[in-house]
Parts: sequence; structure tokens; C-alpha cells
Amino acid sequence: MRRYTLNIILALACIGLVLAASYDKLDSYVLTVLMSMGISIIFASSLNLVNGYMGEFSCGHGGFMCVGAYVGSVLSLICFSSNKMLGAALLPPTLAPWVFPFILLASGLAAAFFGLLVALPSFRTRGDYLAIITIAANYIIISLVENIDIIGGSRGLSGMKRTMNAMRDVADIPWMLIWVIIGTLVSLMLLRRLVSSTYGKGVPAIAQNEVAAEIMGVNTDRMKIVAFMLSSALAGVAGALYAHVFGYVNAQAFNILKSTEGMVMVYLGGMGSLSGSVLAAILFTLLVEGLRFGIPALDSLLHTVNVLPADFTLSQIWKWVLIPLMLILLMQFRPEGIMGNRELSGVFPRLRRWFTFR
Amino acid sequence: MALLEVQNLTQRFGGLQALTDFNIAIEDREFVGLIGPNGAGKTTVFNLVSGFYTPTEGAITFGGIPTRGLKPNMVTALGLARTFQNIRLWDNMSVLDNIRLAQHFRLGYSLWDALLRTRRHCAAEAGVDKASREMLDLMELKLYADEFPKNLPYGLQRRVELARALAVRPKLLLLDEPAAGLNSADVDGLIRLVGWIYSEFNISIWMIEHQMKVVMTLCRRILVLNFGRIIAEGNPGQIQADPEVIRAYLGDGTL
Amino acid sequence: MVIVQHFVNALQWGSFYALIALGYTLVYGVLSLINFAHGDIFMVGAYIAFFVSTALLASDSFGLSHFQALSLTIPLTMLLTSCVGMTLERIAYRPLRRKGAHRLYVVITALMCGLVLENGNLALLGASRRTLPEMLDKVVYNIGGIAVTNLKIGVIFTALLVFVALQYIVTRTRMGMAMRAVSWDKFALPLMGIALDRVIVFTFVMGSGIAGLGGMLFAMSYPVLDPYMGSMVGWKAFIAAVVGGIGDIRGAFLGGFLLAFVEIMVAAFLPSTFRDLFAFTVLLLIMWQRPTGIFGAPQTTKI
Repeated sequence: MRRYTLNIILALACIGLVLAASYDKLDSYVLTVLMSMGISIIFASSLNLVNGYMGEFSCGHGGFMCVGAYVGSVLSLICFSSNKMLGAALLPPTLAPWVFPFILLASGLAAAFFGLLVALPSFRTRGDYLAIITIAANYIIISLVENIDIIGGSRGLSGMKRTMNAMRDVADIPWMLIWVIIGTLVSLMLLRRLVSSTYGKGVPAIAQNEVAAEIMGVNTDRMKIVAFMLSSALAGVAGALYAHVFGYVNAQAFNILKSTEGMVMVYLGGMGSLSGSVLAAILFTLLVEGLRFGIPALDSLLHTVNVLPADFTLSQIWKWVLIPLMLILLMQFRPEGIMGNRELSGVFPRLRRWFTFR
Repeated sequence: MALLEVQNLTQRFGGLQALTDFNIAIEDREFVGLIGPNGAGKTTVFNLVSGFYTPTEGAITFGGIPTRGLKPNMVTALGLARTFQNIRLWDNMSVLDNIRLAQHFRLGYSLWDALLRTRRHCAAEAGVDKASREMLDLMELKLYADEFPKNLPYGLQRRVELARALAVRPKLLLLDEPAAGLNSADVDGLIRLVGWIYSEFNISIWMIEHQMKVVMTLCRRILVLNFGRIIAEGNPGQIQADPEVIRAYLGDGTL
Repeated sequence: MVIVQHFVNALQWGSFYALIALGYTLVYGVLSLINFAHGDIFMVGAYIAFFVSTALLASDSFGLSHFQALSLTIPLTMLLTSCVGMTLERIAYRPLRRKGAHRLYVVITALMCGLVLENGNLALLGASRRTLPEMLDKVVYNIGGIAVTNLKIGVIFTALLVFVALQYIVTRTRMGMAMRAVSWDKFALPLMGIALDRVIVFTFVMGSGIAGLGGMLFAMSYPVLDPYMGSMVGWKAFIAAVVGGIGDIRGAFLGGFLLAFVEIMVAAFLPSTFRDLFAFTVLLLIMWQRPTGIFGAPQTTKI
């Protein structure tokens, strides 16, 4: 029984969410926050495979999300919408719910292919030299997208709502929430399975002692390819989900700042801790959204106690001053991230009495 | 045919000639020693044999297969394992995982098996787990299975490294200064342990060591290396009496 | 002719990259820390130059001529900017280093410091764009059909001067030798009777001072200031430093000019939207050929 408790609780929570959403108990803002949380979880935990488990310093994860977002959007537009650039809809809208997972999969594959851009140089280079290759890859991908006019160039690409509408016409359930939940759970499961298998332990072996790994029979080149490609594939899936949740993509949304966000979540949660990344992604999203309301509240508070001059208002920009400041402080107090490199079961051994973590 | 055959091996790093015309043939079930002053090129020989460096000149054949162009992990898969002068364990993995990971090359399942948890994956994992626990049992490390190597005392770390090398199920085991950093009581224990491994696992061992007691007790044949060249070869008695060796170690002055 | 004109422009643009890249490389050489806040220190330098020069010129009480104001602004900007760099080191990086945090946590802290600087600037000073007062009377020399302003010559000359001075400091002075010693062996230095922290502070002061100088020259060449002006230039200068071989002063200098040449030449012959694409592809190819940069020592592992 114990082996299943975690799965059962997760399943119940997800079903609860979906039910609440389909009976309109959640307003659309909460729903969007929940979905972007899921996307952040995929993004951060996939980056953790490379930056945490493998100990490389990839600063260009946003680029792979960009590839996924655009490939997903273009496929979705080709299949389900009439567009003067991409032609008439190829498939009848009733097929949307069945085709969508394949769109996600294709986005992941395309992103994985771009992952090779970084994986191949990693055979010869590591550390900070590899870091700039990843930054350059991020810039190259964004620049490439912005120069292809047929997918909107720097104006961005929209129209993915039509695919979602097509799905809603088939059945009136919160489709995107369901896809995000499935995407998040599957991503986490894949990553967990990889790093807990002996095969996947070859990835942390590279971080802990690459020479020993190479000489004791681990094919380090293959492990690097596996880690980079799986990681960018999941980022690509996150990108495709993002494109369909918001219905609009723009290459600049996946620039270095997005990559930085991912790195912050990984290092905040702890290198090599999946539950750490999940927690950090949730906390980070809550923090960003919380400050959206927190800052006006703080503003009126400071004005009532007359700390601020009357003509000075705290704008939303302060959010991006406060968040980095909080992170700097947090790093000072927990210089190894929230979880270190342990998982939840390592931090709270008692949890094992109720759950087995697989 | 010998298990390992090294012919005319030469290695240059830039302008430095680290190894010149090195030849050796190691038979099955042989125990060979490699000694020489610091910087003589001993570890370079091991790095070449294990495929970590590609030799400038010369040929290495292991089990009848030429290893030039093979990556280190493929050489390991042919049945060659080694330990390191300065211990190189995976410090943030349990001892058990360290042993498991040494069997990475013979897992026989792919990424997809791991991601989908296929039957093949489960069978292979069960096999690796069983073999690893048996190895820990054999090497008297059972108590430390879940410890991180970095938390173990130095002597135990050496033992874990030996266990990890043996988990490869090698035909030839390369030991790079196994007694470095051990006190004299530990050295006696190590001599017993390596001797026991030699007889228990039916393998060939090639050992670099500075401590004469270890070398003279264990090895049947010893090579002496100085400035990248073999200056003497023979059984322990011959080596101890060789004037060339004495000169290499002590210099030209009179004793 | 057009090519030569582009060449001159690339020299100027490269000077800015080189000045920032030098700061990255200095800090990296000593601490192996990628100081991602460095681009924003460059931005802070430009703002400091703005405030200092406006203050000097605004009040008639000083009665300064433009040239006097300029010669006062340069040292003041460098001084104040180095204080900013030093403060970052003191309050953000040093405590982490003392705690022995993983290197990458310090890098993330640096990234966050950069964000605080740029967004803090925007939040405090507002979105209104500021213009640096003109301190140098513009003179255009026309040499065989190529227009060169005195400012351009000044920028290129300053970059060269800084390079030569740094080379001298690092190879000839006691402090410079200590800096090189740290990059070899952090633990041996205290044994030689030199305080590690002093070397690190010195490095930060120099790096930020040079960035401040760069920021000021940048603001003089492109007078509209913007809180985010440092981030893009900063990332690119970092890439330039690595392509040159991070930790090597010649590398940073060469890398900066190399990147500028590729960018200017691409922009000259292709639509400017292709600039990043080509610039970074060229850099990627260089890294492919020389994985540790042009002047970088190959990464070796000793067993």
C-alpha cells in the first residue's frame, strides 16, 4: 500500500484541481498561475538534470524552450487553423485532443535536436567555456527565430487559441490544465526514473568525478548526449505548453532572462534535487504573483505611515528589485539551496513511513 | 598469447618524452610490479594502457584486441579495471551505488528501458544489485553500503575503490600505488587483501608501488622505470641486487 | 573606403567590449568567478558619469570649462564606480566565499546583483531617458575620405592605454604578481605574506574602475542612458572574454575587438537583424576549434 500513497495523493490532488476548474470554481487568473507553475516545474527540473546532476553550467535553457514553443505553435497552426502564411487547416478540429500530445512530442523532439548544438561541444569543453556555448546557443536560436519571417519574426506568433477552442468543442473540460498536469507529472517521472537507474547514475558520475567515470566504463559522451537531449526535450515540451496556455509566443520571452529564471530555480532548490526544483518553481511562481498584490499593499502601507514622499509610488518594477534581493539573502543563509542535493525523503526521513519515493 | 601486450610504446607531451620504447607482456594470472623514482612515467603507462591517453607511438593489445582508438570505457569493457593514486570515488553517491556504477558498461539496456522501466531494465537492475551486494559482502564493506565514500576513513576508501574495480570483473587489474597514505599496520592489511584478491578472483594484477615491502612480497616479476625507460626487469631478488636500480634510487654516490 | 570607415567604427565598438571584457577576465583570473553583475557596473558607471558631469556643469559656482569638467569627471567616475564594485564584493560575494558555497551559487548571486542594479535604477530614477551633457567639443577629422571624430580616437586610444597599463600592473608590480599567484594557488598566497582579501578587493576596484571608464566613454559616444544598456553589452563582452581565453588580459582585449569586427561587418553587408546570429555562430566556430579560447591554456586533467 505504502508504495502507492504518494501516487494516490498526487492523483487525487490533480483530479480535484481538474474538477474544480471544470465546474468554474477557479477563476481564470488562478488557473493561469497554476499552469505557469507546472510549466516552471518542467523547465526547472529539466535544467536540473544538466546543471545539478551533471554539474555543467548551462545558461541557455530558454533557447530550447523557444524551439519547443515555436515548433509546437507552428504545428498547431498548420493542423488546426487557416492562416494566410501557413495555409488552410490540415485536420478537422474534432481531432484536436488526439493530435495535441503528438504536437507536444514533436516539439520535444525538435528541441532535443537543438540540444545537440550544446551536447556535441561538451565532449571537448566543460565548465565556463561550455557555459558561453550555451549562452551563444540561446542567442543563436532566438536570432534565428526572429529572422524567419513566415513564423512572425520579431512580432511573435499567435492563433494557438484556435487549437484550444477546437478541443473545447469536442468536450468542455479544462484541456490545457489537464495537458499541463500530464506534462509535469510525466516529465518528473521520466527524470526520476532516469536518475534513479544505474544507467542514469552515469550522469551524476560525470559531475562527481569525470575521469573515474570515463575509466570505470561509463560512456561519458553518450551520457552527456542523453542528459542534454532529454533536458532540452523537456524544455521544449514546456515551451509548447506555454505557447498554448498563453496563445501567443515571442522569441524574446525565451531570452537569457528566462534562462536565468530557470537557473535561479535550480540553484534555489538545490543542485541535484528534483523535489528541490519542484519546490523552488512553486515558491518562485508564488513569489512573483504574490508581489503583484504585495507591492500596491506595501505602497499604501508606506504612504499611510508617511515613509514615502507623497508623489512617489512603488511601481511593479520594484518586484524585480525585491525578488533578486530576497534570493541574494536566501543564498547567504542557505548557500546550498533549499534542499542541498537531497530529496524530500532525505530531509524528512519520517515521510518514508508513509511514502516510498520512486 | 599474452593477456596484455605492449610494444614499443612511446609517449610525448609537447617536448617532453615521458615514455620511451616501453615493452611488456603480461600473461594470465601474473602479478607484475612497476617501480621507479617519482616522475619516471609509471602512471603514464597506466593511462596509456587504460586508454586515457592515445600513445604517440607503439601498440597495445589487450586480450588479442588492439586498443588504439578505443575510448577508456571500451577498454574497461574488454576486462581492464584500475584504481587511482589519489582516490577517485564518486563522493556524493552511496558506496553501493559506486559499485553498481562500475557495471554501467554491461547493463545491456537503453535509455528507453530506463525511462519506461521495461522488464529488461528491471532484470538488469536486479542482477547488478545482487552482484554489487555480493561484492560488498566479499570485501567486508557491507556495513558501509549506504555511506557516502567521502565520510569514510582513508583506508576504507581504498577498499571501496578496490571493490569498485573488481566489480568490473576484470581480467587485468591495474593498481596505482594502493599503499600510498597508509600507515604500516594498514600496509600489512593491504598486502593480505591484495594477495587474497589475487588468489580469489583468478586475475592478473599489475601494480605501481613505492613501498618495497608491498612490491617484494606480492610481485613475482618487477619492472623498473627511470626517465621513461625500463632499466631493469626480473624477480624481486634480482631487482634488489641490480646495481642500475640502486643507482636510480640512490644516485651515484657511495653508500 | 567604406571598409576602412567600418574598420574605424569596429575599433571604437571593440574598445567598449574590450574595456568590459577586461573586468570580467580580471575577476575570473583571480577568483574563477563569472561576475555577471559586471555589465551592470558598466551601466552604473555611465549613470555616475552623468550625475557627476551634470553636477559639475550645472552650478555656475564652479565655473568650470568643458575640458576641466571632463578631466574631473573621469577620475571621479572611476573612483565611484570602483566603490560600487567593491561594495558588491564586500556584501554579496565575500560572505558566500567564506562559507565555502559552491562556485555557481556565487555566480547566481552575481546575476541577481546585476538585476538589482538595473531594476533598482529603473525603479528609483524612473523611465525618463537621460542625456549626458556634452563635455567634448566635437571635432571631425577627415583623413582621405574617412570621418573620424576626436571622441572616437579618444576611445580607441583609452582602450589601448588601459590595456598597456594593465599588462604592466599584472606583470611588473607586486600586486599584479600576487593576482597571478592567486590564480595559480589560492592557498599558498597567505603563506607568502599577502592577504588574499586585499588582492581580491584590488582586483574588483580595477575591474570596476575600468568598467566605469568604459561606461562614461560609451555615454559620451551614445549619449542616451538606459538602465538596461549594460546587460546586453555585458553578456556579449563576457562571451568575448571567453573566446579570447578567460583569465588572460590579451585574450579579453583581442576577443572584444574580434566580436566588434564580426558584428560591424555583418551589420554592414546584411540586414542588421542577422548581426547576433552571425556573430555568435562565428564565436561558436572559434570555440569549436579552440575549446579554451584563443589564449586559454588547454584544460588538462592530471591523474
